Amino acid sequence: MKEYAYYPGCSLHSTGREYDVSLKSVCKLLDIEFREIKDWICCGSTPAHNISKIVSIALSVKNIELVKKMGAKEVVTPCVACFSRFKAAIYDLQNEEGLKDKLKKIMPYSDDEIKVLHPLEIFSQDEILTKINNIKKKDLSGLKVVCYYGCLLTRPPKVTRFDECEYPQTMDKILGSVGIVTLDWSYKTDCCGASFSLTIPEIVIKLSADILNEARLVGAEAIAVACPLCHINLDGRQADIKKAYHRDYEIPILYFTQLVGLSLGILSDKLLLDKHFVDTTRLLSVNKV
Amino acid sequence: MKLYPDFVIQIKGESHQDINLCYQCKKCTSGCPIAYTMDYTPAQIIHAIRLGLKELVLNSKTIWLCASCETCTTRCPQEIDLVKVMDVCKSLAICLRIKPKIKEVPIFYKLVLTNIRFLGRMYELGLIGALKLCTGNFMQDVNLGITMFKKGKLKLLPSFTFKGALTAMNIFNKAKKVK
Ligand code: SF4
Ligand code: SF4
Repeated sequence: MKEYAYYPGCSLHSTGREYDVSLKSVCKLLDIEFREIKDWICCGSTPAHNISKIVSIALSVKNIELVKKMGAKEVVTPCVACFSRFKAAIYDLQNEEGLKDKLKKIMPYSDDEIKVLHPLEIFSQDEILTKINNIKKKDLSGLKVVCYYGCLLTRPPKVTRFDECEYPQTMDKILGSVGIVTLDWSYKTDCCGASFSLTIPEIVIKLSADILNEARLVGAEAIAVACPLCHINLDGRQADIKKAYHRDYEIPILYFTQLVGLSLGILSDKLLLDKHFVDTTRLLSVNKV
Repeated sequence: MKLYPDFVIQIKGESHQDINLCYQCKKCTSGCPIAYTMDYTPAQIIHAIRLGLKELVLNSKTIWLCASCETCTTRCPQEIDLVKVMDVCKSLAICLRIKPKIKEVPIFYKLVLTNIRFLGRMYELGLIGALKLCTGNFMQDVNLGITMFKKGKLKLLPSFTFKGALTAMNIFNKAKKVK
């Protein structure tokens, strides 16, 4: 059994519940356990670093300190915004002159290192891929998907150190291991406009429409994602896209954990597939999942 | 337009980015997903900072429209972290009480921070309500919100812990005194 500290962030308790639930059910089968950080606080996401750098750093470092207090060395952050903020805080503290002193005036912290991991990094380890292969129950080889990584998982590369920054393959590798065909496309790391979903929805609608369009053009039946913000934009905005551009994509957007879960034989309602805006039942029945 | 020769020094100091290295290749701009709707491109903003066009930069739509997607930062051959530059411009614009060209964005950011300050975690439904009150866009995304609520994606009550809320409040109070 492998144990990790777990930072759900605000989204996994609300808009991204399906991600939380499906990630945990898959991990249970893989003998991976998550211990949620007690009294964690929000990482501040985009708004904090946009208007107060030091607040943004302090919020992230506080959570990292809580991980150390648990005695853990690795923390899993499924939301890419949180992942990116934690990584940026660690990087800036090490590289920006004077930042450490400023932070010390706000809170005490230690220099011990903690590894911040996205679930994709855990699932793509050879040992876990073999395990997935061994306990796989359903063949999903009829399914054609594109993997959407979004902007912040790979960027900036010197900070996140996640795969190749323009054309990552980690998710493709994981889904490929359960037989899913992952198609090549050029929107893997394009931005969906995440931070504007509540303020300037027109931007989100345009950017998401471009992403969905490309997915359709290459022949994808679904888009696999690894971030709750990408999910809500690509899934929740399809009705608005229809209104604005008269294009009806109806492309199901699934968390990669839901796809892995299906292949491990977990029932679709246990993976909360019914919570998405775009219906997933047709896709699953056509492909006999 | 008035020139502020010290502007570039100030931005350099606060962002820790050597803006003078920019050679206007415009790679930042070609990859920017939001450039289509900005009033000045990211490369123009960098150049304007170097020229000391402080008012133009701080009054631009661009600083508020930047989505912090880090594409430009990743691709700049001179390794200028443009997101950090945009962030510093935003903080400065707020500090100088400059009326933002895109009012919803700073209102939203401030509301999020107030929310975190008092609860320690994001309370989406409260945040949406407060945003509507402050911007007057009452009808925006009503259907989306209702569907999300029905699907259990928006909680009626905030989820937070008292200890977490206290920690957050403490961070904000102390950060105020650190410049
Ligand atoms: S990519 Fe870098 S060097 Fe090129 S124009 Fe933009 S900021 Fe200047
Ligand atoms: S970070 Fe901002 S300026 Fe840079 S590419 Fe993204 S939206 Fe454009």
